[in-house]
Amino acid sequence: MTAVRLSARPVPPSLRWLKTGAGFLATLSLTFLGLLLITFVIGRVVPIDPVLAVVGDRAPQEVYDAVKLEMGLNDPLWLQFIHYVGSVLQGDLGMAVSSQRPVIEELGRVFPATLEMATLGILIGVFIGVPAGVVAAANQGRWVDQVIRVIGLAGYAIPAFWLGLVGLALFYAHLHWVGGPGRLDIFMEGLVKPKTGLLLLDSALAGEWGVFRSAVSHIVLPAFILGFFSLAYIARMTRSFMLDQLSQEYIVTARVKGAPERVVIWRHAFRAIRIQLVTVIGLSFAQLLEGSVMIETVFSWPGIGNYLTNALLNADMNAVLGATLVIGAVFIGINRLSDLLYRILDPRARA
Amino acid sequence: MSLLSVENLRVEFPSHQGPVEVVKGISFDLGRERLGIVGESGSGKSMTGRALMRLIAPPGRVTADRMVFDGQDLQTLPDKAMRRLRGARLSMVMQDPKFSLNPVMTIGHQMSEVLEFHGRQNRKQRRESVLKALRSVRIDDPERVYRQYPHEVSGGMGQRVMIAMMVILEPDLMIADEPTSALDVSVQSQVLDIMDDLIRYKGMGLILISHDLNLVSRYCDRILVMFKGRIVETCEAGQLHQATHPYTQGLLASVPVLNEHRNRLPILDRIQLGSV
Repeated sequence: MTAVRLSARPVPPSLRWLKTGAGFLATLSLTFLGLLLITFVIGRVVPIDPVLAVVGDRAPQEVYDAVKLEMGLNDPLWLQFIHYVGSVLQGDLGMAVSSQRPVIEELGRVFPATLEMATLGILIGVFIGVPAGVVAAANQGRWVDQVIRVIGLAGYAIPAFWLGLVGLALFYAHLHWVGGPGRLDIFMEGLVKPKTGLLLLDSALAGEWGVFRSAVSHIVLPAFILGFFSLAYIARMTRSFMLDQLSQEYIVTARVKGAPERVVIWRHAFRAIRIQLVTVIGLSFAQLLEGSVMIETVFSWPGIGNYLTNALLNADMNAVLGATLVIGAVFIGINRLSDLLYRILDPRARA
Repeated sequence: MSLLSVENLRVEFPSHQGPVEVVKGISFDLGRERLGIVGESGSGKSMTGRALMRLIAPPGRVTADRMVFDGQDLQTLPDKAMRRLRGARLSMVMQDPKFSLNPVMTIGHQMSEVLEFHGRQNRKQRRESVLKALRSVRIDDPERVYRQYPHEVSGGMGQRVMIAMMVILEPDLMIADEPTSALDVSVQSQVLDIMDDLIRYKGMGLILISHDLNLVSRYCDRILVMFKGRIVETCEAGQLHQATHPYTQGLLASVPVLNEHRNRLPILDRIQLGSV
């Protein structure tokens, strides 16, 4: 009886927003806690002794024991986990063994490099891939469609490192159109003090246009190659989503109303696929942010993919876990963001 | 002069076994009257409706000796002129509002599009016209429905919206393709009555496509019976019980009636019909 009356009472909108916001934060922190648990477990399960990594192979037993005690590794696991969560919340991810510098500091250096390239890559992917997919679907079976499909197939089939090397050989070594590997020409290094870590932004803010130009010439090729891969994927998905919508009845309705083809495609069909596209674009952006190891290696790009690979090869667990945490957090963030966009774009999800 | 004149209309689709003709040369004339097309699934009645609106996309192929709507040849009309006809002079109500309304656009927006495409009025006037059209299909709170999305209204309400959308520019001919098949029995007649009223009031022509003999005979002046892509019988609605074709007779015989004395409903004898 009471329950019925309670639910019948309309909830004021401000309260509803508060509730949605609180729920949002709760899921966010729970997911993040889950992520921390996973990285923690990985750190304890891998057969790498963190004490040995610090003291070295030849340390006497007393030193080993003392360091182990100091690192809190004799505590019960749950207590260690709490300590771990506590230090992560304070921004302490431990020291990178190989460089003896805080992991958080190193991540602050490598992640922006990846972020910069990935963002350019996804922008290229979206702004070329989406229209290409739409055009292909609207002209299904005609030559435009065939060309776009072949490009999509190429993006699937060509290995990234090959395209990177060929790109460097052609546009850098042969044509001199772009800068070579690295983020900057060597004599430009250190001219701009990193604020955001995004070189394009930092150099533009500092008004160092020479550095900016150099940064552009270095990033353009790897960004386009990344963009090409995400473009191929996005175009393919867009095409198939569009074909699906174009065969729906409401498209017939739009034509019955006398809609021009442009409106049928962009206003009716495209509006309906935006929701699915958000997921696809979000996932590909997350994938790019993970750092493309191939591209970063070929272009000597000091990004997170490169960093993570090196840390793994050196068995530098603090660095590995830190990088994993960042990548995991990026995934969580992007997922939450697409959920949010979902609600905005799909009236059915708002109810 | 008749509003619509069709001669030897054929619709075919390619298949692995060669082209399949789903409409095999039908002819009819239509004035400002209400014409019913009845037939079973696959008899070609929906394809006839879509062919008239020129909505059969390749690889489907439509041919006719003559297909003239109000003096305009629907076969040779340029696409742009055809678009001007659609929605304004020729319209079509489809079966299920769940699928035939765009799920991510508000009802108001979808309805005012018809006016927008045909370059009528400014934004504010369009809104007024849409609200008026919604009222004309007996929607009491048009302001609310205007803002709603299709998933927020019931099937019967959705179909009334669809009808309002299709009569907003007072077309000369409306094709209703199974307009009530997806609705509850209780709202079927309500929706049909609304549609019927509008058509009489505005003096429009109607092609009502349905598999329901009773419904068609109640709302139409004249009936075409289609079977396997051909018209097998044409008769006045009142004279349906005098139908001579074995298929029509078979259909009529298989309609259950109240106070039934038969133990078993007869079914169509397709072997015998296959020869016709």
